[in-house]
Amino acid sequence: MLTQYDVSLTDDPPMNLVTPELGLIFWQTVIFLIVLFLLAKFAWRPILSSLKERETSIENALRMADQAKLEMQQLKASNEKLLAEARLERDRILKEASAVATQHIEEAKNKATEEGNRMITQAREAIQQEKNMALAEVKNTAAQLSIDVAERILRRELTDAPAQQQLVDSYLKEVKLN
Amino acid sequence: MKRLFIALFWILSLPVFAQHTADTMTEASDSEAFKPGEMILHHIGDSHEWHWFSTDNNHFTTYLPIIAFQPGKSVEVFSSKHLAEGETYNGLKLEHEHLVAEDGGKVYDFSLTKNAFALLLSSVLMLILFISVGNGFKKRHGQAPRGLQSFFEPIIIFVRDEVAKKSIGPKYEKYMPYLLTVFFFIWFNNLLGLTPGAANLTGNIAVTFTLAAMTLLITLFSSNKNYWAHIFATPGVPKPLLIIMIPVELIGVVVKPFSLMVRLFANMTAGHIVTLSFISLIFIFRSLAISPASLAFGLFINILELLVAILQAYIFTLLTAMYIGGAVEEHHHDEADYQMEGDHIAPTAAH
Repeated sequence: MLTQYDVSLTDDPPMNLVTPELGLIFWQTVIFLIVLFLLAKFAWRPILSSLKERETSIENALRMADQAKLEMQQLKASNEKLLAEARLERDRILKEASAVATQHIEEAKNKATEEGNRMITQAREAIQQEKNMALAEVKNTAAQLSIDVAERILRRELTDAPAQQQLVDSYLKEVKLN
Repeated sequence: MKRLFIALFWILSLPVFAQHTADTMTEASDSEAFKPGEMILHHIGDSHEWHWFSTDNNHFTTYLPIIAFQPGKSVEVFSSKHLAEGETYNGLKLEHEHLVAEDGGKVYDFSLTKNAFALLLSSVLMLILFISVGNGFKKRHGQAPRGLQSFFEPIIIFVRDEVAKKSIGPKYEKYMPYLLTVFFFIWFNNLLGLTPGAANLTGNIAVTFTLAAMTLLITLFSSNKNYWAHIFATPGVPKPLLIIMIPVELIGVVVKPFSLMVRLFANMTAGHIVTLSFISLIFIFRSLAISPASLAFGLFINILELLVAILQAYIFTLLTAMYIGGAVEEHHHDEADYQMEGDHIAPTAAH
């Protein structure tokens, strides 16, 4: 059955197929270049530039997000640092205050002791003075008494002078010894 | 989004069914002398008219303009209707889709052929689509993408990040318009080529030749001195070997884009030939019984072709980016350099 038909390709020279035709090369060159030019200008340029723009904007957004995250972390860290510093400061102030308080109490104590001592000393001095004054007065009084006594003796017994004298002396001596 | 997907699947599945019916209709009319080779070559080749389909009595054809330039004569523009069925017009006629002059003179054929017309249509489609996407980016500046914008954005980002940035390096931005245009041009035209009645544009050697030539020119114009140093004084190669290496490297410069041209052309053309061959089986065996198998295989190949469509666009763009990357690459120390440096350092250390 197959033999009835001419299956060969020889009727139309096959060389036709692999021989480029000048006319079509001409049209292909002209039309392709026009298409290339128009598409480059009106299609590829806006498309590629917007794609690039979009990519850079996405990239920027991502970078900025990263940066914000980093900044947040830094902020958090600095906050914590500030808090720790504040705590330290508080502790230091408390410590200082208690030290000052202790010092104040100590000082007050010392002052009170000093004052007490001073007052005791003063009292002692006053007592001593009073004592001395009292002694002096006692001496004076005694002397006055002796003089009075002597006067009275003198008024009564003027005759026995030497004996009297001896007596007076002995009295006086006794008084002094006292 | 869901609606978009449904629409997409609908559009993508359309060629599978439609092409089959178109083929059956075309070929049923002249069943008594069915030549699969001729039919397939007619389908994948270029034409001066856009033949949609034929019924038993009528051909539904759009006649495209012929633009002919003959040295010494003015440029002639007329409808290909005048040349249909081998007729002659103004001393010109078509022989196997080749425009020839009756007097044997030279004719340069700049006609808007089926492929040229498909090229125009797909270009307009690309312009409308991507300029609207671009406007979307401008209008919703700094906002989330919507609609078409969100469909094409990941693809554009893929081309930028996985193809351009990785292969070219820091200088990738300059080449982005070309890479994106080439990627979508090939992808769209691959898909359009699979639609019924459409032209096999990316499976045409002239188109892939032009694309490859542009890649070559961009590579050459952006090449730095390291690129040429690598060709004329390949590092680590002994001097006498350079006699062989320089021609090999120079051939390599041309072979790289040549491979781009052949790969895309061969892949797309092969896909079309295989699909059409499976369909032809029905007519070769003149049996309806064969049609389920034939259709299943054809469907499979066509689905495969949808994958190949984007794969080829990706490969072409990736290789273009790699060739450009090789041309703009700054000097880096490879193994050979380290060895040579090591030799220099060793005696110094011994002193």
